[in-house]
Amino acid sequence: MPGKLKVKIVAGRHLPVMDRASDLTDAFVEVKFGNTTFKTDVYLKSLNPQWNSEWFKFEVDDEDLQDEPLQITVLDHDTYSANDAIGKVYIDIDPLLYSEAATVISGWFPIYDTIHGIRGEINVVVKVDLFNDLNRFRQSSCGVKFFCTTSIPKCYRAVVIHGFVEELVVNEDPEYQWIDRIRTPRASNEARQRLISLMSGELQRKIGLKVLEMRGNAVVGYLQCFDLEGESGLVVRAIGTACTLDKLSSPATFLPACNSPSKEMKESPLVHPPSHGCRSTHNSPIHTATGSRLTQSFSVSVPTLIYTGMGSGSAGKEGGPFKALLRQQTQSALEQREFPFLTLTAFPPGLLVHVGGVVSARSVKLLDRIHNPAFVGIMGNTRSYKLLDWNSFNSDEPETRDAWWAEIRQEIKSHAKALGCHAVVGYSESTSICEEVCILSASGTAAVLSPRFLQEGTVDGSLEQRVEENLPVGCGFCHIPYDELNMPFPAHLTHCYNCRKQKVPDVLFTTIDLPTDAVVIGKGCLIQARLCRLKKKAQAEANATAISNLLPFMEYEVHTQLMNKLKLKGMNALFGLRIQITVGENMLMGLASATGVYLAALPMPGGIQIAGKTPSDGSYEQHISHMQKKINDTIAKNKELYEINPPEVSEEIIGSPIPEPRQRSRLLRSQSESSDEVTELDLSHGKKDAFVLEIDDTDAMEDVHSLLTDVPPPSGFYSCNTEIMPGINNWTSEIQMFTSVRVVRLSSLNLTNQALNKNFNGLCENLLKSLYFKLRSMTPCCLCHVNFTVSLPEDELIQVTVTAVAITFDKNQALQTTKAHAEKSLQRASTDNEELLQFPLELCSDSVPSHAFPAAKEHPESASSNSGTPAAQRAVTVEKASPMGDGNFRNRSAPPCAGSTVGVVKMTPLSFIPGAKITKYLGIINMFFIRETTSLREEGGVSGFLHTFIAEVFAMVRAHVAALGGNAVVSYIMKQCVFMENPSKNQAQCLINVSGDAVVFVRESDLEVMSTQQPAVNCQPTCTGEVTT
Amino acid sequence: MTSELDIFVGNTTLIDEDVYRLWLDGYSVNDAVALRVRSGILEQTGATAGVLQSDTMDHYRTFHMLERLLHAPPKLLHQLIFQIPPSRQALLIERYYTFDEAFVREVLGKKLSKGTKKDLDDISTKTGITLKSCRRQFDNFKRVFKVVEEMRGSLVDNIQQHFLLSDRLARDYAAIVFFANNRFETGKKKLQYLSFGDFAFCAELMIQNWTLGAVDSQMDDMDVDLDKEFLQDLKELKVLVADKDLLDLHKSLVCTALRGKLSVFSEMETNFKNLSRGLVNVAAKLTHNKDVRDLFVDLVEKFVEPCRSDHWPLSDVRLFLNQYSVSVHSLDGFRHQTLWDRYMGTLRGCLLRLYHD
Repeated sequence: MPGKLKVKIVAGRHLPVMDRASDLTDAFVEVKFGNTTFKTDVYLKSLNPQWNSEWFKFEVDDEDLQDEPLQITVLDHDTYSANDAIGKVYIDIDPLLYSEAATVISGWFPIYDTIHGIRGEINVVVKVDLFNDLNRFRQSSCGVKFFCTTSIPKCYRAVVIHGFVEELVVNEDPEYQWIDRIRTPRASNEARQRLISLMSGELQRKIGLKVLEMRGNAVVGYLQCFDLEGESGLVVRAIGTACTLDKLSSPATFLPACNSPSKEMKESPLVHPPSHGCRSTHNSPIHTATGSRLTQSFSVSVPTLIYTGMGSGSAGKEGGPFKALLRQQTQSALEQREFPFLTLTAFPPGLLVHVGGVVSARSVKLLDRIHNPAFVGIMGNTRSYKLLDWNSFNSDEPETRDAWWAEIRQEIKSHAKALGCHAVVGYSESTSICEEVCILSASGTAAVLSPRFLQEGTVDGSLEQRVEENLPVGCGFCHIPYDELNMPFPAHLTHCYNCRKQKVPDVLFTTIDLPTDAVVIGKGCLIQARLCRLKKKAQAEANATAISNLLPFMEYEVHTQLMNKLKLKGMNALFGLRIQITVGENMLMGLASATGVYLAALPMPGGIQIAGKTPSDGSYEQHISHMQKKINDTIAKNKELYEINPPEVSEEIIGSPIPEPRQRSRLLRSQSESSDEVTELDLSHGKKDAFVLEIDDTDAMEDVHSLLTDVPPPSGFYSCNTEIMPGINNWTSEIQMFTSVRVVRLSSLNLTNQALNKNFNGLCENLLKSLYFKLRSMTPCCLCHVNFTVSLPEDELIQVTVTAVAITFDKNQALQTTKAHAEKSLQRASTDNEELLQFPLELCSDSVPSHAFPAAKEHPESASSNSGTPAAQRAVTVEKASPMGDGNFRNRSAPPCAGSTVGVVKMTPLSFIPGAKITKYLGIINMFFIRETTSLREEGGVSGFLHTFIAEVFAMVRAHVAALGGNAVVSYIMKQCVFMENPSKNQAQCLINVSGDAVVFVRESDLEVMSTQQPAVNCQPTCTGEVTT
Repeated sequence: MTSELDIFVGNTTLIDEDVYRLWLDGYSVNDAVALRVRSGILEQTGATAGVLQSDTMDHYRTFHMLERLLHAPPKLLHQLIFQIPPSRQALLIERYYTFDEAFVREVLGKKLSKGTKKDLDDISTKTGITLKSCRRQFDNFKRVFKVVEEMRGSLVDNIQQHFLLSDRLARDYAAIVFFANNRFETGKKKLQYLSFGDFAFCAELMIQNWTLGAVDSQMDDMDVDLDKEFLQDLKELKVLVADKDLLDLHKSLVCTALRGKLSVFSEMETNFKNLSRGLVNVAAKLTHNKDVRDLFVDLVEKFVEPCRSDHWPLSDVRLFLNQYSVSVHSLDGFRHQTLWDRYMGTLRGCLLRLYHD
C-alpha cells in the first residue's frame, strides 16, 4: 500500500444551466480513482457552486497511481430522473510521483464533455503521499522522469546516456465493440478517452521499468503515439532514450515532491543485477508471413533509402587509426544494446562525432485483428478490462506489432552499419493507416558517437583528449564516418572546407538539429518536397502490393525534389529532415520537410542545368535557355536573400584540386532480410557530371516549373523546422505558438498525378502564405519548428495540419551575421556554457557532482516568487484562484489588476523559451481528447467545430500546466489530429493527442533584477549566488 | 480544389483591430474582404485575395466565438479558452460596447423593447449603419439596462463593475439607461440639433441631483429612477409664478442685478415673466410621467427657443440663469429654498448645455 492520493473539490464556476425552469444547476461531483468513488454534497441552485469538500483519500498501489487517471465528474442532481452529466476532468497524477516535479496539483480545470466541449470550470486540489516500498519486484517505476524534449533538458546534465527504450500496448478499440451499438456516443467517447489514458499510463510505467533496469533515472525524447487501427484494435506505442540525469542546481532548494521516491530511486538500481540485455521481448526480428488464414497477414518491405551526399576527391589517411580506435570503444558500448538508437536531436557537446546520413525504412503491413483473449468486453467497469500487452498473453500470434517494429529497426541498424556508423540518432517512428493497410516508417541519422556518456566509468581520459584534438570545432560531424577506401557505395568526397584535413561529402542530409558548434554561412530556410501519386483502389494484398510498388518511386522523387530545391537555395545540407508518406484510398502523399543551411565545411553546391532532349527547333531551345536563366537568377537571388557568401577558397590552400561542383547520390537497396525486392534504385542520375534536369516531356517541364513556384517568405520572415534558425541569434521574448488545419476537397474530374501535385503544392504554399500574413505584426520573426502533417481522411479530401511557433527577433542585431556562427543563440549559449562548465567533472562522474556548484546556478522558483519584486512576480506567476492555504508556498501574488485571474501559460514546440530560463520541469503532459457533435451546422460548420475544439485543447493543456504550478509547455507537439465529418448527417468527430513538458521559467531580465535585489530582500539565504547567465 | 475547412488557432488569440472594426460594423465576410482590399493591404503585404479571405473568415469565427463572452465581460477575463493579454481584452470589450452617435440618437429615451427592435430596419436605412451593427448596439443597451436596472449603488459604478467599461463609456451607458428608464423624448424635430453628448451631460446632472440616490446615499441608492417625492414637492414652486407679487419681486431683483450687464437686457426684461413661468411650470408638471418624458421638449420650447429667437449670447444666458436662481433666496415669502436649489441647480446646468444652435 505504497501511496495515498488525496483530492479536494473546492468550487465550480461558469457551469451551464441544467435546469431550464430555474436557469440554474444543482451540481455535485464524483471523484473516482480505480474502483473507488467519492461524492460531494449537492450544491443547490448555483452556477458557481462552492463545495469545499473534505479531503477524499484513496489508498492505492503505486502501480495504479501510474496507470490510472484521476477522474472527476460533475453532475446535475435530479430528484426524479437520472442525474445529468455536465462533464469530466481527467487528471494525470504522474507528475506528483517523482521528486523535483510538482508537489501539488491545484487550480481551475475546464470541465470537458465530449459532446458539448468545455462547460465551466472546477477548482481541484490533488496531493499524493508516497511510502517507501522495499519490494524489489514491484511493477511500478515511480520516480523515473519523462521528457518530451529531444535534447538533455536545460536544467539537467547527462551523466550516462543508456540508449533506446520502447514498448507497446494493445487493446480493442471501444469504438468498435459490439456494445458501442447500444451505448451513447458520449459513453463511447469517454470509454475511449479513459482507455487511452490507462494505456498511456501503463506504457509509461513499463518504459520506466526498463529504464530502471538499465540503471537510468529518466527518459528523454519520449514520443508516444496511437495507432487507431479500427476494427483490428488500438495500439499505443512509445520510444525514448534512457538516461541518467543530474540536476544542475542545488537540490536542497526544491521541496521534495513527496515522501522521497527519489531516494528510493537512487538506491534501487544498484541492487539490481546488472543486466545488459535490456530488451528481452524481441526475439524474432525476422517476420515470417504467418497468415493462419488466407490474407490474414501480409507484409511487404520496400527498398529503403540511405541519403548521403557524395563528391569526388583523393583519399587522405589522417585520422584513420584513431577513428578505428574510437569506433571500437563506442561500439563495445553500443553493441550491448539491441538497437543503438537515440531519439535525441541535439546532443551534449562531444557526443556526436560524425554523421553518416539519413537512414530510413518502411514496411507495408496488412492489419489483422489483434487477438485479445483475455478481454472481457464490458467497458466502463473500471478494471475489468485490465490491459494487455504482448508479454502477458499467449495467443497464436503473440508478437505481431512488436515483431513488425523489431524488423524495421533491424533494417535501420543494418543501414547505419553500411554507412560505417554504429548508432542512429534523431530516431523516430511513425505509421500511416488506411483501412486495413498500414505503412510503418522509421528514420534517423546514422552517426558515430563518442563513448563518453554511453557507459559508466569506461571513459578513458587520454582518448578523451584525442577526441578533442582530432575534432576541429564546427566541422567534425560533417566528416565521413565510413572508410574512404572501402566505401559502401560509389561516392565523391572533398577535403573539408573548414579544417582541410578530413573528407566530407558534398551534401549532407540529417534528421537532427543543427549542432550548436556547426559553422554555418548565412541563414537557413524551410525546404519542402511534396508529392502525390494516384493509386488504384484495391483490397488487401493487392492494395499492399500496389502501395509497396509505388513507395520506392515516391522516395526517389521526394529525394530528387529535396536535392533540387536545396540547390536552388544555394545550400548544401539539410537538418531535421522528416519524410512523411501518407496512404489514402486512392492515392499516396509524400511530404518531406527540412531546414536547409550552408555548412562552411561542405563544398559549394553546383547549379542546376537544364537540357532538352529534342533539340529540334529554335524556339524550344530558346525556351530552355529562358528557363535556365530563370533558375540561375533564382539561385543568385536566394543566395542574396539567405546571405550565403562563402569566402573564396584558393586551390593552393586546399592542396588538392577542388572538384567541379557536382552531386551524385544513390539509393542504397535495403539489405535487410525481409526485403523481397531485387531491383536496385539508383539516385545518381546516370553518369552525368553536373546536376542536370532533362526536359523530355511536359511532365518534366511541370516539375521544373513547380521548383520555381515556391515563393520565398515575405521580407521580415524566416522559417525552419528545426529548433533554432541558423544565423539568427538575438531572439526577443515574444512567441506565438499556433496550429493551423486545412482540409481541401479535390474535384474528382481531373485526378491526374500532375493535377494532384499542383493542388497539393498550392495547398501547402497557400497555407504558408496565410501564416505569414496572419503573423505579419510580429515581424521580424522566424517560424521555428514548422511541423506539417498530411492525412487523407476520405477519398478526395486532403488534410494538412501545421504546428509551429513564431519568435520575434531584434532586427538590428540580426544584421551582424558575421558573428552568427561564433556565438550561438543567446539561450543556447547560456545553457551551453553551463554544460561546458560541468563537463570536466564528468570524468569523475562516480561521485555525482550535483553539489559541485553550491552557489546555486539557477535561482530556484521559490526565490523568484518571494523576492518581493512585483514586476518580476507578475511575469513568472501563474495565478491560481485556489483558496487552499497550503498552496501558498507556490508562486503566488496578488493579481496585477482585480479582474484578471488567469495566468499566462506559454506553449512552444521548442525545448526553450527565448529570453527566459527554465528553472524546473514539472512533468510530462500527455493528453488525449475526443470531441463529437451532432449539430455541426449550429457550431459553425466544420471550421467552427474544429476551431473551438483546438482552442479547448489548448485551454485544457494550459490549465493542467497552471495547476502543476508551471507557466509554460515546452517541446509541445500535436501528435494526432484525426478529423472525420459527415455533413449530410450534421455530424463530425475529432480526436486530438498532444504532449509536452510542463515547466517553470523565469525571464532572464527578472533573474537579473532578482539577483541584484536578493541581498536586500534576504528571504532566501540559499540564493545569494550570482546568476551565471 | 475547394477548401472544406480552414482554421488558425494561436496559443495567444490573434486579434486584428481592423477586422474587428469591420465585424463590429456588421459587414459580411465578403464585404469586409472587399473593404480590406480597397485599403491597399494586398499591396502592402503581397498577399493574395484568397489569403485575405481565409484570414477574414478566421477572425470572424474568432469574434463570433468571443461574442458570447463579450455579453458578460467578466467572463472574458475568467474564461480559459482564449488566452488574450489584458490590454487586448479591454480593447475587445470597449470596442464591442462602443456605439454610433447616429444610432444612439435614434434610440435614446425609447423603451428598449421588442417593438423598438422591430424599428431597427428603419433606423438602419436612415443612418446608413448596417442592421447587424444596429442590433448589436441595441442589444448592448438592452443588456446593460437589464443588468443594472434593479441594482443599488452608483449607476456608473455598477455598469463599470459588470461590463468593465472605461469611465467615459460607462457614463454614456448610465445616460442611456437613465433615459431609457425615464423614457425622455429626444426624437422630436426641435430636439434634433442636440447631440448625444448634450443629453448625456444632462442625464449625469439629473442622476446626481434628482434621483433617489442623490439624497439617500446608502440604503435606497437607486440611480435609475427620479426621486418621486422630489417631483411631487416641485409643485410647491408654482407659487413663484402664481403669486403675482412674488413674481414681480423676483423680476425686479433680477433686473436690478443685471442692469447694464446684459446685451439683451430689454429682451430679458420683456420676456422675464414668460421665461420664469415656463421654467416653473416645467417643474410643477413633473408629477405626471407624460410630462417627465417631455422635459427636454418643454425646456427647448419654453426657454431655449425664446432666448434663441432674441439672439441671446450664451454668456448672457449664463448670467441670467445664475441671477434668476440666486435671487429667489432674497424672496422672503418663499419657503422652498432647498427644493428650488435642487431643481434649479440641475436645470441651470442642463439649459446652458442645451443652449446652442
